[in-house]
Amino acid sequence: MGISIELEVNGAGVSKEVEPRLLLAHLLREELGLTGTKIGCDTSQCGSCTILLDGQAVKSCTVLAVQADGSEVTTIEGLANGEYHPMQQAFWDNHGLQCGFCTPGMIISCVDLLNSNPQPSEDEIRHGLEGNLCRCTGYHNIVRAVQAAAETMNG
Amino acid sequence: MYPSKFDYHRPSSVQEAVQILADNPDAKVLAGGHSLIPVMKLRLAAPAALVDIGRIDALQSISRSNGSLRIGACVTYNEIANSADVQAAAPLLAEAAGQIGDRQVRYRGTIGGNLSHADPASDLPAAALALGATLHVAGSGGSRSVSASDFFVDLMMTALQADEILTEVEITAAGAGTGSAYVKFEHPASGYALCGAAAVVTRDAGGSCTGASLCFNGVSATAVSAADAASSLVGSDLSDGAIDSAVSGMSIPDATGDMFASAGYRQELARTLGAQALRTARDRA
Repeated sequence: MGISIELEVNGAGVSKEVEPRLLLAHLLREELGLTGTKIGCDTSQCGSCTILLDGQAVKSCTVLAVQADGSEVTTIEGLANGEYHPMQQAFWDNHGLQCGFCTPGMIISCVDLLNSNPQPSEDEIRHGLEGNLCRCTGYHNIVRAVQAAAETMNG
Repeated sequence: MYPSKFDYHRPSSVQEAVQILADNPDAKVLAGGHSLIPVMKLRLAAPAALVDIGRIDALQSISRSNGSLRIGACVTYNEIANSADVQAAAPLLAEAAGQIGDRQVRYRGTIGGNLSHADPASDLPAAALALGATLHVAGSGGSRSVSASDFFVDLMMTALQADEILTEVEITAAGAGTGSAYVKFEHPASGYALCGAAAVVTRDAGGSCTGASLCFNGVSATAVSAADAASSLVGSDLSDGAIDSAVSGMSIPDATGDMFASAGYRQELARTLGAQALRTARDRA
């Protein structure tokens, strides 16, 4: 049974007929070719599939595509607007990544974190990112990147 | 990982939803999906149909009137943790909701889904129990109310019938002299509670305890109330000594022992965290 859904992905309208069991992460990666969103643990723990759904960071491996019907989705591909988003630039400047696998989800979570708390303390940043696992950096440079981005964005 | 195939229904009213459940005995209710979708992906559950109640307006709001707080089943952990109404009327629930999972999970997971899933290691069941919450339920045969103490039947089993939906959680607003606290020792990888202690105490103007409840997540197959320990505090001055004495002899029946922690270790956590939660609740009263 196919279900018709309409959503806005990175500002562009998308209409699809999908199987109810299709996960949002698979819709993005396999149907729409937006492979910036990664699937890591596939058990809602690692956060590498994090996207913004109506402005909130969610794990797209644990959302059905049909649940996103009528919603706005932003993936890592939708953040840059001619130039890097300040969070992307801050990750670049502060070496906030090594292998890069967790980075798209991590950056989306960091954007969400600053949206709800524009000037987080170091402790609030570390606590706020508990839903995203990075096995390379030890998080220190990610925290520095978020602090740098907060400074830029509060300009 | 894909779930097994299922039919998908998205009713716009509770009445329509319970009718679909009554017509489809193998259907499950989908709210935020953060308990159900993972077990479906692991093929531990393979319902023939999902009834998505996530768009039903009547289940989305928090309201306060006549000393009572009502929370719709589809209100998320994030909304509960940050709601001024919940923080004022049932701060224990806001504190517990803010400790569930991580940011992303708290945006999607719902109070109705949490309580209906009845995972003993989650954070809301003991809070609902300690607050004496009333759970409003709708079914094809009509509506009824169940007290939290009757709701949790066994491991991931509740008093809900197959065609029933938990629609609303009602809590009597905290009165003057009441303090509460939720203290959790979590598994470092999963964030689930090895033990979570929810305490509520009320003191009169003289500082004497007039009411207390102490409930636990994670220790046994359901959220559990340590009613004897709590009632032994009534009439006391809630001093550290009184609290220590109340929890020292406490034993939770049928404590769970598993690969993460023995039953004895969980009992010890319950005594330690129970005392911490009671002391914090007292200081806030």
